[in-house]
Amino acid sequence: MADNGYLQTVIVLSGGLSHERDVSLRSGRRVSQALRSRGIEVVESDVDSTLLSRLTELTGSVVFPLLHGEAGEDGALREVFELMGVPFVGSVGSACRVAFDKSIATTVVGAADIRTPTQVALPYETFQELGAGVLVKALGDQIGFPMMIKPSRCGSALGCSKVTRAKELPAAMVGAYAYGSVAVIEEFVEGTEVTVAVVDRGDGPIALPAVEIRPDSGVYDYTARYTAGATRFLCPAEVIDSVTNACADLALQVHAVLGLRDLSRTDIIITPAGEPVFLEVNVAPGMTETSAVPLAIETAGWSLGKMCADLVHAAAARGGRSNPLRASIGARW
Amino acid sequence: MTSPEPEEPGLERLRRQDTRLDHYIDRYAARAHGMTASAIRALFAVANRPEVVSLAGGMPNITDLPLDVVGSVLNDLVLADGRRAMQYGSGQGEPMIREAICEVMRLENISAHPDDVMVSVGSQQGLDLLTRIFCNPGDVVICEAPSYVGALGVFRSYQCEVVHVAMDEQGLNPSALADALRALRRAGRTVKFLYTIPNHHNPAGVTQSLDRRLELLHLAERADLLVVEDNPYGLLGFEGEPIPALRSLNERQVIYLGSFSKTFAPGFRVGWVLAPHAVREKLVLAQEAATLCPPVFSQSAVAAYLANHDWRGQIKVFREMYRERRDAMITGLSSHMPAGTTWTYPQGGFFVWLTLPPGIDSHAMLPRAVTARVAYVPGTAFYADGFGSRHMRLSYCFPTPERIIEGTRRLGEVLEYEARMLEIFGTADEPESDRRALGPREAPGPDQP
Repeated sequence: MADNGYLQTVIVLSGGLSHERDVSLRSGRRVSQALRSRGIEVVESDVDSTLLSRLTELTGSVVFPLLHGEAGEDGALREVFELMGVPFVGSVGSACRVAFDKSIATTVVGAADIRTPTQVALPYETFQELGAGVLVKALGDQIGFPMMIKPSRCGSALGCSKVTRAKELPAAMVGAYAYGSVAVIEEFVEGTEVTVAVVDRGDGPIALPAVEIRPDSGVYDYTARYTAGATRFLCPAEVIDSVTNACADLALQVHAVLGLRDLSRTDIIITPAGEPVFLEVNVAPGMTETSAVPLAIETAGWSLGKMCADLVHAAAARGGRSNPLRASIGARW
Repeated sequence: MTSPEPEEPGLERLRRQDTRLDHYIDRYAARAHGMTASAIRALFAVANRPEVVSLAGGMPNITDLPLDVVGSVLNDLVLADGRRAMQYGSGQGEPMIREAICEVMRLENISAHPDDVMVSVGSQQGLDLLTRIFCNPGDVVICEAPSYVGALGVFRSYQCEVVHVAMDEQGLNPSALADALRALRRAGRTVKFLYTIPNHHNPAGVTQSLDRRLELLHLAERADLLVVEDNPYGLLGFEGEPIPALRSLNERQVIYLGSFSKTFAPGFRVGWVLAPHAVREKLVLAQEAATLCPPVFSQSAVAAYLANHDWRGQIKVFREMYRERRDAMITGLSSHMPAGTTWTYPQGGFFVWLTLPPGIDSHAMLPRAVTARVAYVPGTAFYADGFGSRHMRLSYCFPTPERIIEGTRRLGEVLEYEARMLEIFGTADEPESDRRALGPREAPGPDQP
């Protein structure tokens, strides 16, 4: 029996104009397929000049945005959905604006007493005004090596590099600035890499089993993320229960502190001492064949189709305007 | 019917998954291990959007193809000869297209008999089959520096080692080739063939002069070096008559690859190999093992088009159209490129090869270019050894002249921004010293304009 309830159609949005368009298209295809397996009618759409008229024509539809990178995760499109009263899966625009920008998200999360890496966010103009040599030295002295350099607003590890000595820093900065005008420089935290998805099917957020990530190359870069077979995933992560619980609690806390909704994925490093450290959060996590969230969903015992259908129903029930945020932290898996 | 699923799966269903998300990870051949996702290649998905001026792809512009003529030809083909055209055919290719191919090759002074020709699924497949019958893993193929990304992909797939040899404004440099051959033979390496694109080179845009061709062939004879001549653009020169093909100057030492992709349309996938008898026999067997036969319908369609339309006149129309676009590209580059940028001046074909000011890395710069809504192919795509980051290939075959000029304007702004970055952060290490294992994976697919 199809479980589309009273839904007319789900509009799966993918593609867009970001550097992650290719990943987004793959996420969109997978989720579309998953929803159709539940008997739900799906229209797949890119973001272009026909989108708004399509939204108007398909009354009663719910939007499932799977746009990665800017113009998908920065909240702008979601503001438009809210303006038009179109229900959609995922966080509201204002929450996305905070979450997508690593420099802001880390600050907000850190202020909630969640451990975060020491971080500095700098637009390239600062290097121009103050002198790159002086700043590079200051960064080395204050943050220390190794350090991670990342574009402040980008995903899929694009533009990210690990810097082990001062000589490497200028090229790493130029690489990060190729993706945006602000870069974050943060301490490199050694440890076990895990990611925890949080989902809310309408009865409060729950943390799914943590996925431990072990790339063959040692670096979870773009190639490791999107080449099938290049990374080993363990779900649940191979850590003791107390650490598992701590990671789940952290992800739930991040989801709440940043005012996220429906679905998020928090990337964490577990230090050798067993302490989870927040790295970043995704409001539109990847749903490709090599992505962690579908694996976590499957490990938890659901199919991707069931989970996506539940998220869509929750969004439909909520309607097209923001509801007051839930006060509770939520439950761990 | 959907599978029943519990509303709340419960803890007892939680079993650890230890997975690489690829069930076949332990079964792939060694040659598949380098087939990885590439962030750079993924950027070309954005190049398809109309907001982006793509100077990246190599899709021919077939807007000027007379679709009424083509439609009529195909209609007649199906009605009058459909049962033959839609049936299996010869592994060597159909006789009528092989005859037509000989007529086409005569325009470049090649004299051949239809029996010498094998039809392939695009000249790309011809190259693939040649490499299959000649090359063992570890064999050396000599290529120009830079070389065609599709060829590098073939050589890589057969685990060949590519050795690049320098070009100049007249194409492959014979003394550089001689030096490379001496060094390889001293090292005991097996050199199977030289792969060369003599006309309107992809990606370099240069053309071998007649003198240079003769010098090259003389060297090939002395060294007993097999030459594979890939010639998709030979009839798309903008000035004068085509220079005689290498194959026309030496039948013994040269195997020739031809194609209708640029002179008619790529979608039919009809190319050919002109090879000596013994090589051809093996190629046909390899073809039959790969496809049974090249598509009969496509061959019949192309043959009917050639028989019923002024294809020579059509090529002239294409030439003028590409010339206009070449001129727009050169005008745009002259107006918008920063000091220190140089480029080749193509006398035909589709491409211009840029050399960037010192310190600028075309590979690292591509994300910024995409943000600025312009796309190109970094030079690293055209080298098997990680070089090329100081270069880029720009194509003028598909966008309109206005879009080409707009593309060069956007690119100029990106280069200026990049130069500012270099000023701020200090000159980067000479990118050519920073070799990466990149190459053919870094280029867009053939369906991208």
